[in-house]
Amino acid sequence: MSIDVKMAWRNIWRNPRRSILTISAIAFASLLLVFMLSWQFGSYETMIDSAVKIHTGHLQIQANGYNDKKGIRMVVPDPAAAGSILNKTPNIAAYTFRANAFSLVSSRERTYGIMVVGIDPVREAGVSALKKLIRQGSYLSEGDTDHALVGALLARNLKVGPGDELVVLGQGRDGSVAATVVRVKGIYRSGQDDFDRSSIHIPLENFQDVYAMRGAVHEVVALGKSLDDLKEIKKVVTAGIKKTDKKHRMVVLDWMELMPGLIEAIQMDIYSGFIFYLILIIVVAFSILNTFLMAIFERTREFGVLMAIGTTPGRLTRLLLIESTTLTMTGIIIGIIAGSLITLYFQDHGIVISGASEMMKQFGMPDRIYPRLSMLSASIGPGAVLIITFLTALYPAIKVRRLRPVKAMAGV
Amino acid sequence: MHFQLAWRNIWRNPRRTAVIMTAIIIGVWSMIFLGALMRGISDGMVRNGIATLTGHIQVHHKGYRNDPVIENSMTDPEAVKTALKNALPADAQRASRVRVNAVASNARHTAGVTFVGIDPAREAGVSFIGRAVTEGRYLKDDDKYGIVVGKALVDKFETRLGHKIIVMSQDTNREIASRAFRIVGIFKAEMQATEKQFVFVTMQAAQRMLKMKNGISEISLLLPDAKEVDTVADSLRAALPSADYEVQTWRELLPLITAYLDIYDGFIFIWFIVVFIAMGFGIVNTTLMAVFERIREFGLFKALGMKPWWIIREVLAESFFILLIGAVIGNILSFLSVFALSGGIDLSSLAAGSEFAGMSRIIYPVINGRDVIAANLVVFVLGLLVSICPAVKAARLTPVEALTHT
Repeated sequence: MSIDVKMAWRNIWRNPRRSILTISAIAFASLLLVFMLSWQFGSYETMIDSAVKIHTGHLQIQANGYNDKKGIRMVVPDPAAAGSILNKTPNIAAYTFRANAFSLVSSRERTYGIMVVGIDPVREAGVSALKKLIRQGSYLSEGDTDHALVGALLARNLKVGPGDELVVLGQGRDGSVAATVVRVKGIYRSGQDDFDRSSIHIPLENFQDVYAMRGAVHEVVALGKSLDDLKEIKKVVTAGIKKTDKKHRMVVLDWMELMPGLIEAIQMDIYSGFIFYLILIIVVAFSILNTFLMAIFERTREFGVLMAIGTTPGRLTRLLLIESTTLTMTGIIIGIIAGSLITLYFQDHGIVISGASEMMKQFGMPDRIYPRLSMLSASIGPGAVLIITFLTALYPAIKVRRLRPVKAMAGV
Repeated sequence: MHFQLAWRNIWRNPRRTAVIMTAIIIGVWSMIFLGALMRGISDGMVRNGIATLTGHIQVHHKGYRNDPVIENSMTDPEAVKTALKNALPADAQRASRVRVNAVASNARHTAGVTFVGIDPAREAGVSFIGRAVTEGRYLKDDDKYGIVVGKALVDKFETRLGHKIIVMSQDTNREIASRAFRIVGIFKAEMQATEKQFVFVTMQAAQRMLKMKNGISEISLLLPDAKEVDTVADSLRAALPSADYEVQTWRELLPLITAYLDIYDGFIFIWFIVVFIAMGFGIVNTTLMAVFERIREFGLFKALGMKPWWIIREVLAESFFILLIGAVIGNILSFLSVFALSGGIDLSSLAAGSEFAGMSRIIYPVINGRDVIAANLVVFVLGLLVSICPAVKAARLTPVEALTHT
């Protein structure tokens, strides 16, 4: 066996230039795939992370149908019970309660229809990024009653700053008029225009009071310790809810169900990437097919001699496959190493795409892309290259079986 | 003679030539076809953006974009219209609108919307709403209380055609104005967000409710030739006093889409280069092999008096033929594929995803002349460039070395 490997290695280097070109082609493809896949996975992570931390958390307990209709009457009536279920669930990093109502908010000069969100200031800081996004004034503290946090764009439109008053007018859970006056305590900017233009946050207790919630909330938002624990967490929480929720009015939704657009956009990106990469590998495969073919056809006499002295066709095929596999593996290993190094460099420094920073802000991402090297990203691409190149090399290697020693030795 | 020689030479080893041609065919096909797909996506986004009320050019009161409130309306539309008449090409379409933020509500639900007062006939020529009504009917000039809303909004509000919906907004006296409208028509749009956002009434109804008299919020223009947008915008800016008015093109009004377009341009070009590099290895390798197995032959040519430059030319001609046939077949295949998919690629199964990314649900691949030329240029120019190296090697050998080469 090892003499086959030795022979294969020496055969490869009989024509150094050709072998180097082939190895380069394979290394190029592998490098590119490692880098691109790391880029894709890195950007997905960033997108999911940002979205989860600004809005939805990893998981939410809501009334069935609330996610679609957002009706004020679709409540989680016993938040404390939900809270105790979450307390017993492992791997939860934090959770909080929220209530929402669409209302009119008026400053001295302007009126807008926006979403009033009741939050628990202490818990919220552990679940979402809201506290860190405060640009003016300060965040809500535990004892606050009639203070509010206002999005930067909304504050500009309403022409208010910290200390100014806002009148809030809406409809309560029981249909009564919900009205109150709040004072702007802080102004936040998330970078997502939609979010900054259309919401204010007030303390949950005040919300429940003003909107006659009778202690209920609309969303119980939970953040897991990491994205990987999500499935487990969801199972445990769903089981817990089923036990206490006799009328089946609660559901447990994960971020994929809360933001189906995000996961589908990621899927689209993966599919389209897949098509591009496949085409690339096929082009490379055809490029190097000629190398493999040539390597065989210029050695017909040699094979004839080998067969004449007793090499079986099977062994010959195996020899050729070892040759091509060695070429391929060398290329792949170089490609993986080079690709990983490049990826790691950009993982640290980030990639700035001029012109894309506007777009990124809207999706809540930082303005640089950080590729993420992982076992997956470093192996899928080169793995595909390996398989396709192996199939490519199969064709010439099998053709060799048909050689007849005498004819072969007589030369081409 | 060179070309005859080159042509016969490449077919001396049919399999080798066929293999490298296949690589080129697939490469060129992928360049043009995938480029067409990407263009289709970005074109769809632009078309959608323009049709969703943006139009090619918009005219507003100076402060409106920053603060789209009723105080920033244009109170003298006649003056603007005269300026427009002079600056616009003959068959440009023009539509004036009242457009403010408002709150729509019915017994069960409340939501923020954009309240748009339109001139039904003119609006149909400028934006999507004229064709988009799927149930009920479009607005008529004399509709005092009719309103057209989007399907997604109707679903969210759990209401129906013929039912009432109340719209509240701030009028010119800074008081809350509210009025009940009856849903006369329901429209569907490319994106659900559009259906939830816009509600349409007649301009007179909006002006009366908001006590605007004759004021309007914006004028949207659709030009017959999209390429003239910048020139027309400039002449409009010259015609209207900049202290009171601002004129913007769709590129300025939709910065996100403009950013997308630039990124796609860069993306497509990078893809071309990447595919070429993949093909390039094969081209170099094949040319090298084709040259080296004929070293004795080239030696003979040189001994008979063929100049080194002629040898280079001959090898390059061989490459040229392979590139030519590969590229032609690749181009034809890609045009056929685009034609086959001209009905559009349906992304409905990933509808939420495409909406998230701002794309339409059906993608129509579009062949862009510039892309085709760029792809072919890349293949030919770079292909010939990489063939120079082996060609020069062949030409450098002295006849004696070559003839004694095994």
